[in-house]
Amino acid sequence: MNIDDLTRQNGEWLRGEGPYADVVISSRIRLARNIAQFPFLSKADDSDRKQVYRLLSDCIAELKLGDDALVVDIDEAQDLDRQLLVERHLISRQHAEGEGTRGVAISGGERRALMINEEDHLRIQGMRSGLQLTSLYEEISRLDDAIETQIEYAFDAQLGYLTACPTNVGTGIRVSVMLHLPALKLTNHIEQMFRAAKEMRLAIRGLHGEGTDAVGDFFQVSNQVTLGRSEEQIVEEFGNDIIPQFVEYESAARNTLVKERTNLLDDKIWRAYGTLENARALSSDETLFLLSHLRMGVNMGRCDKVDLDTVNQMFIRAQPAHLQKLNGRRLGGEERSVLRAEYLRGALAARN
Amino acid sequence: MLCQRCNKSQATVHLLDIVPPDGEKRERHVCEQCAAEEGLTVQKHESIGAILDGFIKQSSKDQQSVDEVCPDCGLTFREFRSQGLLGCPRDYEVFSKPLAALIERAHDGATHHIGKVPARLGGEPSVHAKMVRLRRQMQEAVALEDYELAAKLRDRLSEIEQL
Repeated sequence: MNIDDLTRQNGEWLRGEGPYADVVISSRIRLARNIAQFPFLSKADDSDRKQVYRLLSDCIAELKLGDDALVVDIDEAQDLDRQLLVERHLISRQHAEGEGTRGVAISGGERRALMINEEDHLRIQGMRSGLQLTSLYEEISRLDDAIETQIEYAFDAQLGYLTACPTNVGTGIRVSVMLHLPALKLTNHIEQMFRAAKEMRLAIRGLHGEGTDAVGDFFQVSNQVTLGRSEEQIVEEFGNDIIPQFVEYESAARNTLVKERTNLLDDKIWRAYGTLENARALSSDETLFLLSHLRMGVNMGRCDKVDLDTVNQMFIRAQPAHLQKLNGRRLGGEERSVLRAEYLRGALAARN
Repeated sequence: MLCQRCNKSQATVHLLDIVPPDGEKRERHVCEQCAAEEGLTVQKHESIGAILDGFIKQSSKDQQSVDEVCPDCGLTFREFRSQGLLGCPRDYEVFSKPLAALIERAHDGATHHIGKVPARLGGEPSVHAKMVRLRRQMQEAVALEDYELAAKLRDRLSEIEQL
């Protein structure tokens, strides 16, 4: 597999399957790890970085990530390819924009992505569609165990896994769940959710994680506390308690809309559909806004013109780097809006 | 820029509305008070920067630890404060005192890891972690009125304590 192949497929985590898939887009878990014998990256020189890169990429090559696994040297990669990986949620923006020897190993199906030399030496990430945290953690933890047989991690009996930033120390785990909450937004209840989340010491971020705004009703909820609680506790609390609560509120808001604001709801959904089907120029932000309403319509069974798979695909492929890859050239802002609208019209027409 | 609602205070909240039907973007700039009156709250996560800021104020008298240097990576605590990242695993030991307060604050008062342990260290949770777990199980047992189990757990706890 190479990077260009990615543009032609959908990550498995975007299948729209799994528990609570109408509200929960995806589950993600990452573990932050460092090699004991090397300085963290802020104090690592070129030779340290290269050694860490070689050690970890050799070790990862031994793992069974699947025949179609892909290893990308981010330092050598082209800008557009880096951006493409960010748009697919396989690497962080920080990793794309960073400096020095660094990389990512991606498993077939894009279920796992291991970033080398991001903020920590290694960040092991796993992604699943819907709410599937327990089995995901088990899978990621096994991968962690396999790496640990070859690499000595920086670990302290009191503080646990040692990370470059003390806010990740302990388990080094971050559980993030991406939620689609259009009804809470439409009924003006989203601010309340944010306040509740803050009280539970959760972070809420936009579509692309750290440092991004919440656009188009998509929110990433993640834990901030990584010390003093076990991985299982954090994962269980998310899977059994926190996320089901968010889902329940969103579902209640959707029911209210159906019962009390049927016309308004259908108007939003079909207006989005009509615009996507007819517009001649669309910005990224407007596209997200429209696709959000369309997705809500599909999930609520109020629009059968398109299926969830197509909507998910549209989300990914309407992004700037994907559009440019699919068109095989760099595009200016206006041209991009025109070609985005063209792509979206085509995607909907193909379904009819 | 002045608040577009009250025209008095400085606008610090910047909103981007996407207005149906044609998705026109409308920017609005209001002050924090007006935002609050409109029912908008401003999300303020405690960033590492904010935690550090608060921490610096607390410990600015403690110049000695600020200028201490890690013999392994050469990081000073001053440097850590400005970038928010440590330089090597040993920093946790060298700066253990000033870091302890920061870690406690970032992790809801926690001071000890109770999760996974690498297999090369036996893969067993530390004594502290075991005790935290047993205490939690005991509380759960009491809540479920399973006093037999609670008593067993209590006995195991006191065994560990005697070690």
